[in-house]
Amino acid sequence: MADAPRMPDEIGVRDIQEFLHPVMKKNYGNWKYHDRPRPGVLHHVAHSGDEIWTVRAATSRQMDIHQIRELMDIADDFAEGYIRFTIRSNMEFMVSEESKVQPLIDALTAHGNPIGGTGNSVSTVSHTQGWLHCDIPGTDASGAVKALMDEIIDEFTHEEMPNRVRLTSSCCQINCGGQGDIAINIQHTKPPKIDHSQVGNVCERPTVVARCPVAAIRPAMVNGKPSLEVDEKKCICCGACFPPCPPMQINDPEHSNFAVWVGGKHSNARSKPTFHKLVASGIPNNPPRWPEVSKIVKQILAAYKADAKDYERIGEWADRIGWPSFFEKTGLPFTKYHIDSWRGGRANLNASAHIRF
Amino acid sequence: MAKQMHDTPMLDQLESGPWPSFISGIKRLAKDNDIAVDLLGQLETSYETKKGYWKGGTVGVVGYGGGVIPRFTELKNEDGTPKFPDAAEFHTIRIMPPPGSHFDTKTLRNMCDIWEKYGSGLICGIGQSGDIMFQGCSSANVQPFFNEINEMGFDMGGAGPAVRTSMSCVGAARCEQSNFDEGRAMRTLVNNALDDLHRPALPYKMKYKVSGCANDCMNAIHRSDFAVIGTWRDDMKVDQAEVKAFVENKGRKYVIDNVITRCPTQALSLNDDDTLAVDNGNCVRCMHCLNVMNKALSPGDDGGVSVLIGGKRTLKIGDLMGTVIVPFHKMETDEDFEWLEELGTEVLDFFAENALEHERTGEMIERIGLTNFLEGIGIEIDPNMIAQPRTNPYVRMDEWDEEAAKWEERKAQ
Repeated sequence: MADAPRMPDEIGVRDIQEFLHPVMKKNYGNWKYHDRPRPGVLHHVAHSGDEIWTVRAATSRQMDIHQIRELMDIADDFAEGYIRFTIRSNMEFMVSEESKVQPLIDALTAHGNPIGGTGNSVSTVSHTQGWLHCDIPGTDASGAVKALMDEIIDEFTHEEMPNRVRLTSSCCQINCGGQGDIAINIQHTKPPKIDHSQVGNVCERPTVVARCPVAAIRPAMVNGKPSLEVDEKKCICCGACFPPCPPMQINDPEHSNFAVWVGGKHSNARSKPTFHKLVASGIPNNPPRWPEVSKIVKQILAAYKADAKDYERIGEWADRIGWPSFFEKTGLPFTKYHIDSWRGGRANLNASAHIRF
Repeated sequence: MAKQMHDTPMLDQLESGPWPSFISGIKRLAKDNDIAVDLLGQLETSYETKKGYWKGGTVGVVGYGGGVIPRFTELKNEDGTPKFPDAAEFHTIRIMPPPGSHFDTKTLRNMCDIWEKYGSGLICGIGQSGDIMFQGCSSANVQPFFNEINEMGFDMGGAGPAVRTSMSCVGAARCEQSNFDEGRAMRTLVNNALDDLHRPALPYKMKYKVSGCANDCMNAIHRSDFAVIGTWRDDMKVDQAEVKAFVENKGRKYVIDNVITRCPTQALSLNDDDTLAVDNGNCVRCMHCLNVMNKALSPGDDGGVSVLIGGKRTLKIGDLMGTVIVPFHKMETDEDFEWLEELGTEVLDFFAENALEHERTGEMIERIGLTNFLEGIGIEIDPNMIAQPRTNPYVRMDEWDEEAAKWEERKAQ
């Protein structure tokens, strides 16, 4: 008789206290203030007088075990044996003595991990899996991000922006990358191409019909087989039908391209949190380095850096100067597609006589 | 030595430049790992054709229904065999990290050693879901890999229509703006819902996220169904000597332009003697002035949380922010954490029973109305829940007198 299968130990999430640097553990909940001695370094002071320095290093997000082991060697040799991942895939190393900061920075830099992402910098892009692992990707966010960060690395290692800039990238319109000051997302422009020989076998058709935001999908018999058809006049090419029904191929090597959105903000500081807004589209999905994407992002960053006031995030800057000025200063074309036509879209129109001349 | 590398002229172009290259990492693995060799082959094909080649499926571990993201290649030869056989199964296993993604080096080294035995060697330290993701495992190796990780003391994360892996900010561990024990709150919510996390049976995903203040570093308001945001209800703390030092250092104009006039509710004023006057009753705890004058201004002592419900991304009705259902609750004693646990359960149960298939909490509330949702989970209305009262008369108000009496009654309490 076979051995009984091993049942999982349903541990759940572990206690944070087991994994904290001793200084963080000792001063848990008792921090007084922090400053930033230089870009990429945070210095926190506790009410007890204890201090801790954090060095923030960029990673490639997907890392090989050899690289992680080397980073752990650095954490043991130059830091004090603890790290943490930030939400944007940076790795933070903590030390309790100021004298350890520079050698740690030197070791990380020598290993190829840029130091930065703090304060008013452009931090690492929060992004999705793409062709590497996703089942519905229109592109490879990892590649587009690598190529973009190569070009704007100075904005990661310096704190010279008006306020922090959070970039995101997503390989489909579901947008797992999330809201960003600048979001770089796939935008489909053609309805799905349907493999009618497969739909009946692999798709739960009522589920797919229900998934469509504009009720453009209906059951149909095609070539004698149960399938689905799409009212292409209604279809908004969002790709919602694709995950539950892979024969409804939305990814189009020619016509799926990139759109860029700005002004997403999670923080409640000053203004309430905001969604990002469409500013550019029709940008080619052009591997391996997506130069057209980087060009537009750099255009927006340059205009923001030159014109925004201190502490204005990109969306707050656009709100202050007005969207006509935004399009003028960034040089991006304004089109009918910028005018919101989705439900509630009237709230995004200018219902006032507030116009700048 | 692994098998021979495929030519990857496109991917090779992602090895140059100063930013860390994930391609260089995978190539390093490919020196002695056939999965990585064939992963590069398939990825190069995607770069050439601009198509993805993974499909989902069903792979799991004994006792759980979720947590593994199955990936099978669709890139086949004419005879149906995979073009890149060693990466034909390339599943991801989501493991829940400690709150705040804090690790000691030994833990990560152990994880690397286990992963080296069973998988591709590729690890994403923190995915969009908050998990540490082990990317590239054959179907046969999923169970033994999980067994060892589980024996080491870590548990599977969420996937599919389930409670998902949560995230909490660095918080009390290293931030002066923390208003409660974020790590404990996150752990309380998730560990109370492990059955719904490990055995997907909900209408759709349910995410809890926890941020220690309104800077919301975990993006909880938009990216979770159940956002816990730290705040305080007494006065913010002002160290006037530090305020004066800040004004002297930066100048009055800087302080007026970047602190005083940036307050969203005009609750700040710079006194003639360079001290700060704060209208605490009108302060909305947005965090801006505390961020700028970090040494001089601090959250009050009477800390707690606000809870916002219903944040989500685009599908199906468009993006939604979470909205307030609890303006304030203390988060200090065991009873406070029990209250949070119970609220988490209430919301989860109501969602499980009332949401339609593939409907998120925010969409359900949009469909049934906030008042029905509040009634369902036993929470009373509060004017902090709205941005402004309704602007249209399309509503029946038969029971106005009774409702007004309830308000007076609550006020008297």
